[in-house]
Amino acid sequence: MTAPATLTQVTASPITGRGEGHRSQRPKSIVPRILLYLGLIVVGLAAIIPIYWLLSSSVKTSGEIFVFPPRWFPTSFHFENFVEAWHSAPFGRMYINSIVVTIFGTLGEICVAVLSSYAFVFLPFPRKNLIFGIFLGAMMVPGTVVLLPNYMTVAQLGWVNTYAGLIVPGWGSVFAMFLLRQHMMTLPTEITEASRVDGAGHLRTLWSIVLPLSRPMVVTVMIVSLVSKWNDFIWPLIVTNTDNMRVLPVGLLMLKSDEGYTDWGAVMAATCFVVIPVLIVFFFAQRQIVAGLTQGATKG
Amino acid sequence: MTATTPSLAEGGESPARGAAADRPGATSRRTLRRRGNALFLAFIAPNVVLLAVFAYWPVIYNGYLSLTSWNLLSETKPFVWFANYADMFTDPEFGMVVLRTVIFSGGIVIISIVLGLAVALLLDQKLRGRNLVRTFSFAPHIVSGAAIGTIWLYIFDPSYGLLRQLLQVFGLGSPAWMTDSAWALPGLIIVYVWKTAGFVAVIYLAGLQGLPNDLYEAARIDRAGPLTTFFRITLPLLSPVTFFVVVTSIIGSFQAFDVIAVMTGGGPGTATTTLSWYIYEQAFQAFDAGHAGAAAMIMFVLLVLITSAQARFTRNRVHYQ
Repeated sequence: MTAPATLTQVTASPITGRGEGHRSQRPKSIVPRILLYLGLIVVGLAAIIPIYWLLSSSVKTSGEIFVFPPRWFPTSFHFENFVEAWHSAPFGRMYINSIVVTIFGTLGEICVAVLSSYAFVFLPFPRKNLIFGIFLGAMMVPGTVVLLPNYMTVAQLGWVNTYAGLIVPGWGSVFAMFLLRQHMMTLPTEITEASRVDGAGHLRTLWSIVLPLSRPMVVTVMIVSLVSKWNDFIWPLIVTNTDNMRVLPVGLLMLKSDEGYTDWGAVMAATCFVVIPVLIVFFFAQRQIVAGLTQGATKG
Repeated sequence: MTATTPSLAEGGESPARGAAADRPGATSRRTLRRRGNALFLAFIAPNVVLLAVFAYWPVIYNGYLSLTSWNLLSETKPFVWFANYADMFTDPEFGMVVLRTVIFSGGIVIISIVLGLAVALLLDQKLRGRNLVRTFSFAPHIVSGAAIGTIWLYIFDPSYGLLRQLLQVFGLGSPAWMTDSAWALPGLIIVYVWKTAGFVAVIYLAGLQGLPNDLYEAARIDRAGPLTTFFRITLPLLSPVTFFVVVTSIIGSFQAFDVIAVMTGGGPGTATTTLSWYIYEQAFQAFDAGHAGAAAMIMFVLLVLITSAQARFTRNRVHYQ
């Protein structure tokens, strides 16, 4: 319940690091500078090489895969790996599942979060800060702990192997609500008051004034939600058990248990199915993702 | 936080309620307020229902399950009081699970924080290309754990893996990693550190860039060396960030699942069976709801204790901010 207090304190500073390193002096002599650049190169390579290795291996022929020492660059683009991977498991169906679950999961979560954050900021209710605290308590509930009871609830609803079972439990929203509320509290209240004097109802105030003014935060929350739902693993693993309801990350595990990972070229190609959409989103929305995830650290 | 709530929002609790009743228009204001209250309930209703069903109720129900002996199928759930807990506290195998979780989690947290802080200090320097490196080091954090597991299985491959070549540069042979019970857990720690350290670095970088300048000016005037400045100023000032990072990465690593599922499945033997894998295994492979529930309760209590320690610590350190 006290988590948000710590959060706001820790993340009060600009999180995307747009600011200059104002204390760092430019090192005067050349040797320390070279060492710093060497460090920078090592860090960059250590972070990116596994991802490069994934992308490059996915287009290698098996001749280039099963060779030691490993080849750094593929000699040609062997895209047959992707065809082979696509046919090794129902990846077409998994793509559809992943897209449906991600999009409807995110839309639902955002709607729930927007409604409740608006209520907490703009609507009157006795002791609503206490109620807000109780909401935040849910952040302390780790997913692993509630796995079995939630599975039983979903089974009782008859939602095993359905989109509803995959999507609906993820609609409950604490962190998105928290971030949106923090943002809405910074909006000038005159605007909403004026619109209500004009006779606009709360739904209209929400839709035509508060939402447009909160767009940056809504976008941040939405992108973070998209990425985490796309990557979600343990819940889809237990709530589905037929091939045609699996999502992509779970498909990777199925690929292993079906055939073992022997044909690394095709396995890397299949892994690309999961990773490339996220990398594309990260490329275009890096700022929002970094901002949202560093603030979302508590919900991991 | 409460202090910054707009006054408009506090209307419902206004102490001037009685006085307002004498003035004309008071009734309409009261109905307006009542309508506002009703609308408040309507707006939060979806979230209330969802959180009650999928966050609060399961904790309570899990507590109940931990006191029963149930195989997920039979009609009745015999109540056994604390027998499951007694089993687990006397079972050396479960002791190993807890110990393994502590080693796994502790390894990830300590290494990620040291590396992450070092990378943050590096990225805080005015170096060309640092933004690109920041992007690179954050990227692993957003990639699906299942995908990371497959990538690293290939990198760890003892015959054709990339790591074998790196080790060969230093004249070392490659261990069998994921199929060797001595190396599987260290291997997993390496993977999670790779996934976490860049994220930690970005949080530290934000912390560094928010530090006040004047103390550094004072240190410069006093001719304090870079090491003294780091240990006497930077590190203490960053302590709330450090504590935040420690707690969040403990919570994250306690729940680590997807990479383990793909890379080892808790094995070989039980070499990588951490608490989260144990809960999954008991519930969905051994169909032992009682032991799964008890293990989940133990994890929940541990995490709540850690989180509240963080809250207390940060409250005591407010003067730093």
